Order: sequence, then structure tokens, then C-alpha cells
Amino acid sequence: MECVFGMVGKGFALVVADTSAVNSILVHKSNEDKIMVLDSHKLMGASGEAGDRAQFTEYVQKNVALYQYRNGIPLTTKAAANFMRGELATALRKNPYMVNIVLAGFDKDTGPSLYFIDYIATLHKVDKAAFGYGSYFALSMMDRHYHPNMTVDEAIKLAEQCIEEIRSRLVVAPQNFVIKIVDKDGAREHSWRRTTKD
Amino acid sequence: MNRVKYRISWFIVVQEITSSNTVVRTFFLLNQRVNDLVDISQLKGFRFEFSLSVEIMKLDFSGLESSAPLYGGSNELLSDGFSAAPSFDLPVTSDFDGFQKNSIQMVKPAKGTTTLAFIFKEGVMVAADSRASMGGYISSQSVKKIIEINPYMLGTMAGGAADCQFWHRNLGIKCRLHELANKRRISVTGASKLLANILYSYRGMGLSVGTMIAGWDEKGPGLYYVDSEGGRLKGTKFSVGSGSPYAYGVLDSGYKYDLTVDEAAELARRAIYHATFRDGASGGVASVYHVGPNGWTKLSGDDVGELHYSYYPVEPAIVEQEMTEAVVA
Repeated sequence: MECVFGMVGKGFALVVADTSAVNSILVHKSNEDKIMVLDSHKLMGASGEAGDRAQFTEYVQKNVALYQYRNGIPLTTKAAANFMRGELATALRKNPYMVNIVLAGFDKDTGPSLYFIDYIATLHKVDKAAFGYGSYFALSMMDRHYHPNMTVDEAIKLAEQCIEEIRSRLVVAPQNFVIKIVDKDGAREHSWRRTTKD
Repeated sequence: MNRVKYRISWFIVVQEITSSNTVVRTFFLLNQRVNDLVDISQLKGFRFEFSLSVEIMKLDFSGLESSAPLYGGSNELLSDGFSAAPSFDLPVTSDFDGFQKNSIQMVKPAKGTTTLAFIFKEGVMVAADSRASMGGYISSQSVKKIIEINPYMLGTMAGGAADCQFWHRNLGIKCRLHELANKRRISVTGASKLLANILYSYRGMGLSVGTMIAGWDEKGPGLYYVDSEGGRLKGTKFSVGSGSPYAYGVLDSGYKYDLTVDEAAELARRAIYHATFRDGASGGVASVYHVGPNGWTKLSGDDVGELHYSYYPVEPAIVEQEMTEAVVA
């Protein structure tokens, strides 16, 4: 029921997530922000079990900040992704975190990048990624219409198409979505796509 | 080929052992006539194929076989039905009465209570019922489900009573220690985070807690939902428990940010009443508390049975004819 997806464009990376917090058939709230801003130039969209999601993403966020304080320079996106994967892998055989993550970041030298991190500590550097039931619709939409070096407008249009497809085809589609973007000017919220006001 | 015909509840089963020693069972639906075994293959049915070599007990049905149709009804009806009856597939289960009950049990929230809280202009309104149930037995109608953590913060109880009471008391201790160590009151955000971290560390060990932390701190009114799965949500309107879907309906339709304290209390009371009306695990007394800038106050505690008659008073029945005593001559 939770949908998170992302893609890389020309000089930016985009992450889209639904904003529903659900407990079996009850929607507790429909404006829950699941895309965490890790640091100035990193976005982390997470989906999975409620407690795990909040605890793991906050743990990663604090450790990324700690590295910066200790060493004076921020982590690269690749390093942050590998750190996350390492934590998931260590916990996997003892007390696994049931969280799937899409990590988007912008580095001055390598540009924008997107990482797909599974709950069983799979790590892939990709151009487009999706998690959840929405991935069944978003992945093929992105495969068909994505091309490298898209502009922001083209990417937003593609994201909107994916959201529309999820809304019309998924039986329990989430009501609202949030779009966040990261580029050379930093990570920030871009816009919301709402059907309900909460 | 050994053909044995017998009946399983609403189906007729024809069991054959074919020459290759396989048992083939064919099930036929109720409204199809099975008189002539030769016509069986043309009827609708399910086929299950097993490979077993089984010793078949040959039962003697000669006494039952007759020319009359098997399930009553007139001959013409059945013969018409036989040729072109509209029919639908029954769910593939033998427990027709129970299967819907199981699917409802699967989705209904588990914790037998109704609690709700919402933020509005004048603070936070918190309300709860007071019934404790053990399965189908009502063990108490007067449980205090709104727990006073400290004079400006309230917690609601849903799930295991012992778990909620103990961990709220523990949270109260931690909040007081924070006050003493930092010379200022703890925020609602901080208090809910403390509780959420504790519950997260006991995840999977069987705690059952679905609570809302409501309070007023320097940033104004605050409301958080915390549960034993480790989830923590910040929001303006929550309801927890088995009666929560019913309460949400009333709450969502009547909610406005600009309610007065009395209007908000009436909305909360009404939502609890409607939930207790429909949910068997909720009932007793609807208590309503208000958390304002100076702390919490208890506004009311009304028995939901009495609330029912105050909302829906009994109309005297219209008497059409009156019977009077017959005059004895």
C-alpha cells in the first residue's frame, strides 16, 4: 500500500512517496512525511513497518551528522548508501529492520545519484527505482517514458503520470503524495499531490 | 469401475475408482439433478484427482435410489433448472457461516476499547469509554482509560491495561526526572519520543499498547499517537481501539478547528457514544477531558446508556385503538 519511487535527471534526483500512515483498514493520517532529509544534499525515501522506518532513518540521519562533525566533511551519497546497507546487513540475521529505502543525493564531483536499498540489504545504484505495491505500476511507466538527462519539468510530468496510474489502478491507493528534489542547491520539498485535505 | 454415490452436506459426491487405481471425486451443486449416473459428465462440477490405491467400501444405496428428485421441489422446476438455471459459484469453503466472521475479525482493530483525542483552537480534547472485556465477558464497566501523566499531560489506554498503566507511570517518572535535571518541563514531543523508544525496544515481546499522548507545552497543544509496534505519529485527530472506525466517522464529520470548549466536548462525547453503540467491546462511561494552557481538567463522565436516551428519547407509541373494560351486565 505504500509507494516510494525515484529517478535521476539532468543535475538533479527526484523522490516521490505517498503520505499515508495506515493500520490495517484504518488511515490514521494522510500527511505523514516519509522522505527524510539526511543532510543538505541527500534525500531518503523509506517505506516499511512504522516503528522500524522511523527508528532506522533517524539512526542513519544522526550517524551521518556525527560523521560530518567528527571529520569536517560530509559523507558522499555512495558512502551513505553503503553505511545504510552495512547496518541493515548486520541486523539482518538478528533483528532485521523491515524498511525499504530509496536514497537520492547530489555530490559536487559525481553529480546526482540514486540508490535502491532493500530490507535484506540489497544495494544497487540505479537511474530509477520503486518500492511497494505502487512499484508494479510506476516501474513500467518509468521504463517506458524515462530517458537520461531529463529536465525537471519532464521528470515531474513523469512522476505525475506514475501517481495517476497508481491512483487509478491500485485498489487501496494512497490519497496524497509528496515530491522532493535534490540538486546542486540542496535537498528540498518540491510539491504535494493531494486528493484529501488533512 | 466402482462408482459410489454419497452426500457431503450440500453437495453430492460421486466417487469413482478408475482402472488405473485413481480415485476421482466429482462434486455437484445442489440444484442439479443427479438421478441418472450416465448423465453426470454433462453437469457442472469440480473434479479433484488424487492418486491413491484405496480400498473402497461399497455402500448399498439401492434403498435411497428413486425416481423422485433428490431435494424436493416440483419436477418441472428442477427439469427447467437443469437445462438453463442461472447459477453462481459459491465461495470455496465448507464453513459458510463462519468465513465472513473470520474476515471481519482480521480487519477489525484488535484493542477492545474506544479512545479519541483531537486538537482544536482551545487545546486538546481527550475522551474514552470505560469498558474492559475479556473475550465475550465484560470484566469491568468502570476502568479509567485516561491516565494522568502529570498535571499538563494525559495519556490514553488501549490494549493491555497493565502495560498501559505501568508504562504511563514509568513515563511520568521519566518526565519528572527530566524536569529536575533540566529545570524546565518536558515537551510533548520529547515525552512521546521517550515512550516510543521504550516500546520499540520491547518490540515483538508481546506488549500491547495503543496510546495517545496529549499535552500543552511551550509550542502549544500537542498530540502524538504511540503504539507497541514502535510507531509514533504526530497529528491533530486520532482514535484508537476496536470502536475507532465508528468514532472516526462522527469525529471527521463534526470537526472544525474553531470549536468552543463545550462544542468540542459534545463532539467527543457523541463520537464515544456512537462507538459504544455499535462496538460490543466499548461501553460504560464516556469520560471527556480538556487540556488547556494551565493543564488538564475533567469535563464530564456520562453513562452511555443514559446518553442514548438523552439523544434519542423514547416517543410514546401512537395508540390506534384503546381497549376498555367490557361493561359487565
